[in-house]
Amino acid sequence: MSVTGIIIAAIIVGGTGLFIGVFLGFAGKKFAVEVDEREEAILGVLPGNNCGGCGYAGCSGLASAIVKGEAEVGGCPVGGAPVAAKIGEIMGQEAGAQVHQVAFVKCAGTCDKAGQDYEYHGLGDCVMVNMMQNGGPKSCNYGCIGEGTCVKACPFDAIHVVNGVAIVDKDACKACGKCIAACPRKLIDLVPYEQKHLVQCNNKDKGKDVMKVCSVGCIGCKMCEKVCEAEAVKVLDNISRIDPEKCTNCGACAAKCPKKIIQ
Amino acid sequence: MKELLIIAIGSALVNNVVLSQFLGICPFLGVSKKVETAAGMGGAVVFVITIASFVAGLIYKYILVNPAIPGNGDGKLAYLQTIVFILVIACLVQFVEMFLKKGMPSLYQALGVYLPLITTNCAVLGVALTNVQKEYSLLQGVLNGIGTSVGFLIAIVILAGLREKMEYNDISESFRGTPIVLITSALMAIAFFGFSGLI
Repeated sequence: MSVTGIIIAAIIVGGTGLFIGVFLGFAGKKFAVEVDEREEAILGVLPGNNCGGCGYAGCSGLASAIVKGEAEVGGCPVGGAPVAAKIGEIMGQEAGAQVHQVAFVKCAGTCDKAGQDYEYHGLGDCVMVNMMQNGGPKSCNYGCIGEGTCVKACPFDAIHVVNGVAIVDKDACKACGKCIAACPRKLIDLVPYEQKHLVQCNNKDKGKDVMKVCSVGCIGCKMCEKVCEAEAVKVLDNISRIDPEKCTNCGACAAKCPKKIIQ
Repeated sequence: MKELLIIAIGSALVNNVVLSQFLGICPFLGVSKKVETAAGMGGAVVFVITIASFVAGLIYKYILVNPAIPGNGDGKLAYLQTIVFILVIACLVQFVEMFLKKGMPSLYQALGVYLPLITTNCAVLGVALTNVQKEYSLLQGVLNGIGTSVGFLIAIVILAGLREKMEYNDISESFRGTPIVLITSALMAIAFFGFSGLI
């Protein structure tokens, strides 16, 4: 190979590179998509877990929705009030009061307290177990299966199965709602962080049937409803429910509950 | 016509890019955990390989083996194909990304992060070089590109489907993760060997 050959090769590759560079430069200008500066700023403030708890496809989805006015300033359930305040600053709006919520598993039926119909040796997944005979080995057809599908769904390592029942770590929980969607028994709810007294049962059967399957099941005796001065507690479908907006955290229901499931 | 069909089917099934030519293994193993993402990757690859085989074919024909270019008597510059194709493919992926972002945001959203990842997919370069090696015409080259990328799509979606099922299986510890995936793809390659009598 002669020197000319090398030079020509260098010119061709260099020329192609130069052409590509110029072409991409122009294309970049021509096809530039105008991104709202606020969108970038909001994206910087958001937690960046891309958990999807807001209902949009990741944090960038929420950021563009906020700029377009489709989503609330406090649309990020993970960031909560501090993030909402920062986004409000960027958007020039008041964030409004944000209630700090956490997930809560409405079951206290641990291995020793809830009955078992049979033993299960199979795939460790609640959705699978829920499809087994009688809705899985647990006698109670409403309670926690304990195979940990919610644990796998949690992006924040905030929920763990302890002694057969999932328990939420209140301080690690960001209320993204992943576990709520994952639970085949719809056992998990969002509750205010401040609310101290919660009903740890989801069994909608009659009291007698509940007592057969679990020693810590709500029997719908309505003692909590009667004792509540704020009228926050209501028994509906044989299960006690506490309205967080009315609840004053007085603890009267918890003291009165014969099964000690309001805690 | 028959010849074109043979090229397309041959590159898609018989000489499957992943399972018999061992190209594009990286995305094949890396992005095959879920069928949804695997299909996204496969779609993006089909898109890019088709365009890349066309553009690379043009460049080869009109620059690298063009006798009109000085010092390029009898296609002497053809040895530059690899480096020029790499340049062109990288540029093309960038350009396609820009174009999609502006022109088809929905497709851009759907392909997402997989589009820039294709730059590192050696199957794209492989197709461009195979086209040159087998002396395909422009049309044949593009068909080879479509066939190859559809073959990649088929392989990656099947593997993703298998891996989704395997999630629930009790695999002995030493085989967990990549080993069982490699074994699975080996079995797939053997299965695809059955297509060899097709053409």
